[in-house]
Amino acid sequence: MNILNILDEIEKVDGEIYERLSPRRKAMKDFFNVGKKISMAALPLALGSMFQKAYGQTNPASVTEVLNFALALEYLEYNYYDNALKLAIIPSGAPRTAITTIRDHERAHVDLLKGALKITGPDAYVYTDFDFTATGTFADVHTNYQTFLKVALAFEDTGVRAYKGQAPILKGNAVLTTALQIHSVEARHASHIRQMVAANVTGASGLKPWIAYTANGNDTGVTAANGVYAGEQNTTQAGVQITGINGTAVTQSHAAESFDEFLTGSDVKKIANLFIPIKKLT
Amino acid sequence: METVKTALRIVTYVSSNEIKTPKIKGLMKNKELETQNEIQETGFLNGSLGRRSFLQYAGASAAGIALVAAGCKKDRGYNDINMGATLDFKDDFGVLNYAYALEQLEAAFYVKVASAPPSTFTTAQKAYFQDIQFHEIAHREFFKNALGTSAIGSLEVDFSSIDFTSSTSVLATAQAFEDLGVAAYNGAGVRITTTDYLVLAGKIVSVEARHAAYIRDLIANGSFSDLNSLTALGANNAGGLDAALTPDKVLAIAGKYIKTKINVINL
Repeated sequence: MNILNILDEIEKVDGEIYERLSPRRKAMKDFFNVGKKISMAALPLALGSMFQKAYGQTNPASVTEVLNFALALEYLEYNYYDNALKLAIIPSGAPRTAITTIRDHERAHVDLLKGALKITGPDAYVYTDFDFTATGTFADVHTNYQTFLKVALAFEDTGVRAYKGQAPILKGNAVLTTALQIHSVEARHASHIRQMVAANVTGASGLKPWIAYTANGNDTGVTAANGVYAGEQNTTQAGVQITGINGTAVTQSHAAESFDEFLTGSDVKKIANLFIPIKKLT
Repeated sequence: METVKTALRIVTYVSSNEIKTPKIKGLMKNKELETQNEIQETGFLNGSLGRRSFLQYAGASAAGIALVAAGCKKDRGYNDINMGATLDFKDDFGVLNYAYALEQLEAAFYVKVASAPPSTFTTAQKAYFQDIQFHEIAHREFFKNALGTSAIGSLEVDFSSIDFTSSTSVLATAQAFEDLGVAAYNGAGVRITTTDYLVLAGKIVSVEARHAAYIRDLIANGSFSDLNSLTALGANNAGGLDAALTPDKVLAIAGKYIKTKINVINL
């Protein structure tokens, strides 16, 4: 490995660095930055990851797979809200406005993902491809506003966890930013639906906008949705115990609430497939 | 090219553990300013798995430099206001320190609100602002531990523009912080090279988005994801896309609330 060449390369990447330095501190910073460059240049591992960042922008097969997976979930959500708005179960006023806002975002996500995948033509999944009762588990989902909200909650919290779980595959790719932008919109939806559930669902008045600690992770009281929340009780992040961290008064519930957990693609597919009788996700 | 030659000389010094040259001393001094952290020794000793795996990327000699810096910092347990804190975006440490800075800001704000909420806050609001306070403290302390000796020091905040007795002022500021936090994490995610830390940023940003939506609904019910109001932060309503901003833009906005000078390099 020719270190001179490597440093040359780094200087090309970091060409503007000296312009950014304030003249007053230039001398010190020169030493500083030179030192930092060495710690990278001296290490093939670090270099490898840098070059991967520079040149490894796409992995078309896996990225396409993630986008298709996301699109399927967006079809599910969009059709759920779009159909409910055609029924009489959502009260007019704020509830209807909120669900319309969410429906429109899900449609925008569908269109965006179709565009990214260069898919033209009709949607691959339409309303009749779904069974939102989940084979009778939520039998009155089309007539009972409370049931409608419970299922919406499960969908939004699943959506948040699903996008999070795919992030590693998109690492360093420009597509990641778009996925994150969708991910946080789903989290905003989840927060609002949780407030709607708290206001309208019997026995759920204490439901928080964030996922509170319970022994099995599911704070919604909807046992059929246990799979959606599996693991949300986690209070350890990257080996760091968050409860009482550094002597603070962070409780077990705060610790679980402050980090949303991810779901793997296969776990999300299991959940989604409960609502897809025939064209199941594989 | 002169830089390269200098660099090569230092490479030799580092690899032979020769750290007595003036050049290296200069490096250490600067590093020292960047790593003030009252509990950094503790953080390092309790180094998590995440920290260790991160070191595999950063490399052993970087760890060596950090150790030396930890050894010389004991006479300086405070932030030098003139020199400030440096966020070096050349690697994940920079991104994590950036997140740490923003979490410090948020936590400081909510600690103040939770300790003396506006008199018009309802019981439920007070309880949820307590929750948010502890979420932000948890985030802040997590980054502090994850960064260990590489953590920037404690930032000095400037909340002089906020009226903490006014619900309107507190909610507007909370909304601004949460929306900005979402934009910051969304915009910085693509810079993260360590998978564990990318996932952790994802775990945090959705909680910030939940906060943002809750606070927005307190101000105007139904505005939880009003993306049209977030276009200045990079949102796009037509695409159903939330805010996303690069660190320089985020820091320009957050700077109003931070007294400590923040130097950004290698962005």
